Amino acid sequence: MRTLKYVLKRLLFLVITFFIILTITFCLVKTLQSEVPLGPQGETEMARRKALGWDKPVLVQYGIYLRNLFTKFDLGTSLKVAYMQPVGDVILSRMPPTILVNVLSILLGLPLGIALGIFAALKKNTWIDHVVSVIIVVFISVPSFVLAFFLQYFLSFKLGWFPLVMASKAEAGGLFTWKMVYSLMLPIMASAFYEIAYFARTVRAELTEALTSDYMLLARTKGLTQSKAVIHHALKNAMVPILPVVIGTFLSVMGGSMVLERIFAIPGVGDLTLKSLAGPDYDLFVGTAMFYTLIGLLAGILTDLSYGFLDPRIKMGER
Amino acid sequence: MAENNYANLSMDKFRFVQQNEKLHDKALKTKPIGYFKDAWIRFRKNKASVAAAIVLGIILLYAILVPFFSVYKLGVASDMVYKKMNPRLYIGDVAIFDGAKTMSLNDKYLINLVGIGISAENAYDKGAEAWEIGMESDHNPVLHMGEDKIVKEAGKEVTKRDGRVSTYDIIGFRYLHLQQAEVDKILAWEKESGYQVIYPMVDVDNDYCIDPSDANQWYRTKRGWPCDENNHQMTLDEVKEKGLTDNYLRDSEGNVVYVKKQQSMCNVRVLYCNYYRYTQGHEPSFVFGSDGGGYDIATRMAYGLRTSFVLSFGVAVVCFLFGAFFGAIEGYYGGWVDMLLERLVDVLWRMPLYIIVVLFQMHLVNTGKASVLGGLLMAFCVTGWIGTASLVRTQFYRFKNQEYILAARTLGAKDLRLMFRHIFPNAIGTIITSSVFVIPGIIMSESTFSYLGIVNLNSRNSVSLGTMMADGKEFLAEYPHILLIPAAVIALMMIAFNLFGNGLRDALNPSLRGADD
Repeated sequence: MRTLKYVLKRLLFLVITFFIILTITFCLVKTLQSEVPLGPQGETEMARRKALGWDKPVLVQYGIYLRNLFTKFDLGTSLKVAYMQPVGDVILSRMPPTILVNVLSILLGLPLGIALGIFAALKKNTWIDHVVSVIIVVFISVPSFVLAFFLQYFLSFKLGWFPLVMASKAEAGGLFTWKMVYSLMLPIMASAFYEIAYFARTVRAELTEALTSDYMLLARTKGLTQSKAVIHHALKNAMVPILPVVIGTFLSVMGGSMVLERIFAIPGVGDLTLKSLAGPDYDLFVGTAMFYTLIGLLAGILTDLSYGFLDPRIKMGER
Repeated sequence: MAENNYANLSMDKFRFVQQNEKLHDKALKTKPIGYFKDAWIRFRKNKASVAAAIVLGIILLYAILVPFFSVYKLGVASDMVYKKMNPRLYIGDVAIFDGAKTMSLNDKYLINLVGIGISAENAYDKGAEAWEIGMESDHNPVLHMGEDKIVKEAGKEVTKRDGRVSTYDIIGFRYLHLQQAEVDKILAWEKESGYQVIYPMVDVDNDYCIDPSDANQWYRTKRGWPCDENNHQMTLDEVKEKGLTDNYLRDSEGNVVYVKKQQSMCNVRVLYCNYYRYTQGHEPSFVFGSDGGGYDIATRMAYGLRTSFVLSFGVAVVCFLFGAFFGAIEGYYGGWVDMLLERLVDVLWRMPLYIIVVLFQMHLVNTGKASVLGGLLMAFCVTGWIGTASLVRTQFYRFKNQEYILAARTLGAKDLRLMFRHIFPNAIGTIITSSVFVIPGIIMSESTFSYLGIVNLNSRNSVSLGTMMADGKEFLAEYPHILLIPAAVIALMMIAFNLFGNGLRDALNPSLRGADD
């Protein structure tokens, strides 16, 4: 009962936060409108804006926006990037490439990161551990787009192993083909390196703690071999705090990385956001901004709640 | 039983331990070790962090000092000739970077390149010695040459060799169209400095000249190959034996002509690196090469680093002060104050950074109310302090109910005194560490946003590393240094900041040692 109350409370705060951010963004964006060209073009433009209701006061517009959002799930209309198309549809159509890249990068990064972390924790304070530590520091610190440049230069220009940018759908014969995955190898690697380092760091810290705990001593005392004790006791316990991290990461990758999408010419949500900024395409900008906000909020709440559900020692809703 | 009569002790059984002297605590014989000294001793033991601190110090000094000593200035237009040069740095005669690129040279191209050296040394009439003089010349673009190789090309066997060709000297000669007064000034400067700028003019109107705009083609050619005075095509070996036959413009007495008059203007052929010396006052040489606009990367990078440092230190200071204050209030008062402020933090924390930056750009920068840097600084400050505040809040929760605080309160200390005099010193380590960790985050965000073009920090007097990388992106295949040098510096700086921050955290908060290592 207390858990349910806590979850509901968190959800309520999520909704309130979301609408505060929406209000701020919407009002600040709507008080700016691009200049109207002169002459007949300007008249058409004004007529179009009037039809979209852009001549009304900002708060009235916000009311209409909210009404459309709740009744028709309508996020407004794109004017520059995808002419006269509903913002919701435009964002949805850009999601598959983003999700593809990020899911693949997690599929690459998660097992490698966990393996590295386990390896480093088991060989604590040997040269293997030190090498893993160096890898972790380097990949955690270096921004993924800087890594992307080095990958592009060395793996694509120098060695010619991978294509420079993402292949088009026509070239690869669809989004979910091996050819497409191959052409996406560089962006996948660029974002996977960070995930490898991040997971390795978390696993290493958790497992080190588990290995030195009392129950491991007990397990050994009652006659388990070291490997059995590690697999059945230490690893099991060490994985509990990892899972929420994985859940949070999985959700936040929906947003993807704007800069990687720009570098590798991936037509995803990040790329769309940049285009809406360059336009400027105000409705689309508000739409993408809310998309990112929602993903951040959901990732946060899911991470927090999963800690509570997975670890019975944490009692939710307690101070 | 007289000894045990404690009820009535007589006065004279008591005596003062001391009556005339005051008792003091004895001063400690050893030197006291303060908090920061203690932290410094711990920090020193961490080799990686010390190394990182040194690297950061070098980068900081580089950013501060290089613009003062560099001959290249920001906002001064480049002369657009020395574009995309490779890094060149000689210490004495030792080349750290040689400013050259590896090229595959066939006979014809090799003659053309060494020809620059021959002409620059005025060895056009030296015959057999000319080739040697040309190879020895400072202006010879071919720095090293590999063994001859026989390569099949389009069905024919061609001799080629790999050579390190200087990207600077390959510019060689240029034709210029100058006024007589300017030519006189150059001639006066030549005498003064000892550098020859103006070289003999080539007869561009005869059949020996194939490209009238290429001032490096000073010798007689026939179908692209050099030829001798008898109009006989020469091979590479013949050129080495006999030298090249010049195609210079000569007057009626057979002397070479330096200046070709054309109405009021003069056509001259200059050795460009010496002409550059004349116009700019220094030789063309770029330690980290030059970018696509001919600007010195080393200088621009120093200015870019300055931008990054000014921005990130500014944000760190604001976050240090505001985060500490906010976290102290939250943690000390708790209850509904904490609750309310935490909700505010929640909203700000969940707002994607790029939205804040864009809104500040649109409302303050584009309308001219703030500079680009100022707008960015404000945008980063909006959310930057949250990490610091939440750490301080935790520290305050930990300490506010301890006995010594209760004692101080009992003695009548006011809230502010309790907060900043008694609890705050316990949180100072945390605050410093979290403020330091703000810096790399800001540098990374700034370079990302300027790379993406969301903010434009490029102007007459500022540059950003992100913009440098965006500019260098199109040359990545052929001139990787334009992009990869700034990228490598950012990578190095990020690694150093993280190592330094980890060391600082362990030193300042020994209890948090290896918290998320």
